[in-house]
Amino acid sequence: MATRIEVTGLTAYYGKFKAVSDVNLTIEPKNVTAFIGPSGCGKSTVLRTLNRMHEVLPGARVEGRVLLDGEDLYGAGMDPVNVRRTVGMVFQRPNPFPTMSIYENVIAGLKLNGIRKKALLDERVEESLRGANLWDEVKDRLNRPGAGLSGGQQQRLCIARAIAVEPQVLLMDEPCSALDPISTLAIEDLINKLKSSFTIVIVTHNMQQASRVSDATAFFSLEKTGDPGRLVEFDKTSKIFTNPSEKRTEDYVSGRFG
Amino acid sequence: MTTEPDSSAQSAEQRGAASATVPPTDGPDGDPTRGSTTGGPAPEPAALAPPPAAPAGKATIGKADVAFKNLTRAAGLGLLALIVAIALFLVLRATHALGQNDGNFLTTQEWFPNQDPPKFGVAALLFGTIVTAAIAMVIAVPVAVGIALFITVYAPRRLASPLGYIVDLLAAVPSVVYGLWGLLVLAPHMKGIQLWLSDYFGWIPLFRADSVGRSFFVAGVVLAIMILPIVAALSREVFLQVPTAHREAALALGATRWEMIRTAVLPYGKPGVISASMLGLGRAMGETIAVALVLPASFKISWNWLEPAGNTIAANVANGWGEANDIGRGALIASGLVLFIVTMIVNIIARAIVARRRDFSGSSA
Repeated sequence: MATRIEVTGLTAYYGKFKAVSDVNLTIEPKNVTAFIGPSGCGKSTVLRTLNRMHEVLPGARVEGRVLLDGEDLYGAGMDPVNVRRTVGMVFQRPNPFPTMSIYENVIAGLKLNGIRKKALLDERVEESLRGANLWDEVKDRLNRPGAGLSGGQQQRLCIARAIAVEPQVLLMDEPCSALDPISTLAIEDLINKLKSSFTIVIVTHNMQQASRVSDATAFFSLEKTGDPGRLVEFDKTSKIFTNPSEKRTEDYVSGRFG
Repeated sequence: MTTEPDSSAQSAEQRGAASATVPPTDGPDGDPTRGSTTGGPAPEPAALAPPPAAPAGKATIGKADVAFKNLTRAAGLGLLALIVAIALFLVLRATHALGQNDGNFLTTQEWFPNQDPPKFGVAALLFGTIVTAAIAMVIAVPVAVGIALFITVYAPRRLASPLGYIVDLLAAVPSVVYGLWGLLVLAPHMKGIQLWLSDYFGWIPLFRADSVGRSFFVAGVVLAIMILPIVAALSREVFLQVPTAHREAALALGATRWEMIRTAVLPYGKPGVISASMLGLGRAMGETIAVALVLPASFKISWNWLEPAGNTIAANVANGWGEANDIGRGALIASGLVLFIVTMIVNIIARAIVARRRDFSGSSA
């Protein structure tokens, strides 16, 4: 199912600190959208507002609207728990549950949805692990701890865990920053494959990665430390990296700043 | 107290290892600058191996290191020797008394070590110890875990940190203070709840009672109050250690707060909660005065836990030591050794539970 995300007038706070101000953008369905920008520009914050994970931090709050196929995620009566079941997330550091086996990790979300039937779970585990390009590496040790895998495998396990609940959108917060180049390549291949089923938003520090995997790119920046981050430019990835309209974008993608 | 031999051996080892990396500030040489320059990168194995086995270490390992190493080793070995000596002394005293015993020490439900011939047995005492401690655990551990979860997960931040301080503070108060409060303030009000239990749950043999009073149940509740703060404080500490990444992983999958606790917090904290409970259990089983004041000191295995009956090993020591003769003291020491063995067995079981899924402990993440 294809899902468009429309963000209008989004402002996010940590307590009194305004982290990011007045973001407007539209994320197309079955596309990969990359958020790039210097540290502290609020790109991760914006990402976390898309599945209401921002407000998990104490004192954090959001103004503005995020429409998921026309429905406001922050509307009255919207349960953040339901939002997060629709919009999955993969974090910067691989975070499989250490007390669970590979199998249990993949079905963690399904169990929350009340799915108990063994046959169905088995099927979804294989499907999700195949979807995350991990099945062949772990099929013989599904009952071993998930934390015993390599960093790259752990991250793909986390992706499998996220897609097992069949979300419509997959958010990735610098998913490769803790990984070596080969694992990074594996994840990038995976992103290319996943975009046929999911709307993907990825935050990355790596501009080559953004240009390799994404269809659209949003460049965030901030004037100086302490100022809120802002969306500077949002366009097709090819345009952002070859012929950006903003001077600051050009400076950033060409490596002269940030 | 059960872990003493174990922990002393461990600390001796740790000190041995530490001598390689920690500057010997309190070493006999008293020259910290030299210690730190040579001590920093010194290889650990050299410190652990016996001195003659370290061949070319002379030039790099300074005098201060050697002195410090010997000092720590002497401290560790000295402690071990002291423990062995204490154990020997206790076993000798106990066997002397046990040799004079006319009854079977493990099955007799009487305690007359001062008569001739002496007749005493630990059966009723052991039973009372286990029952009161078990009641205390059943009441205290869930409540303590609940308190810890409330403070770490549910309470708003402005409430959580003061509450955390308060629980830590309460845990630092000697447990006998709570015991006395439970005894003087709470126990007199226990009659109602005991009558209620016997009225409505009397069909369960444990709750059947002809008369209620200073029972195992009251002693168990008093013990639960005593161990509650320490178990809560340690559990809170454990739950605070749960990495944010794991909590967020659960939340991002669409877990409610309770589901997040079940998925991420409780499994991660389980070994720690078990350790905290064991510490509480040790306190509950070793408690003397509060229990001695509650229970009527009858030497009888009673399955009606609301009726006034029973005694525990520790309470019996407190009650009986003053008027005991030589044999009587030996008998009390023997009962103490039984308590020691029981706590050791419980600790071994607890460790086995923790170790069963060591791969899944989360220490690697």
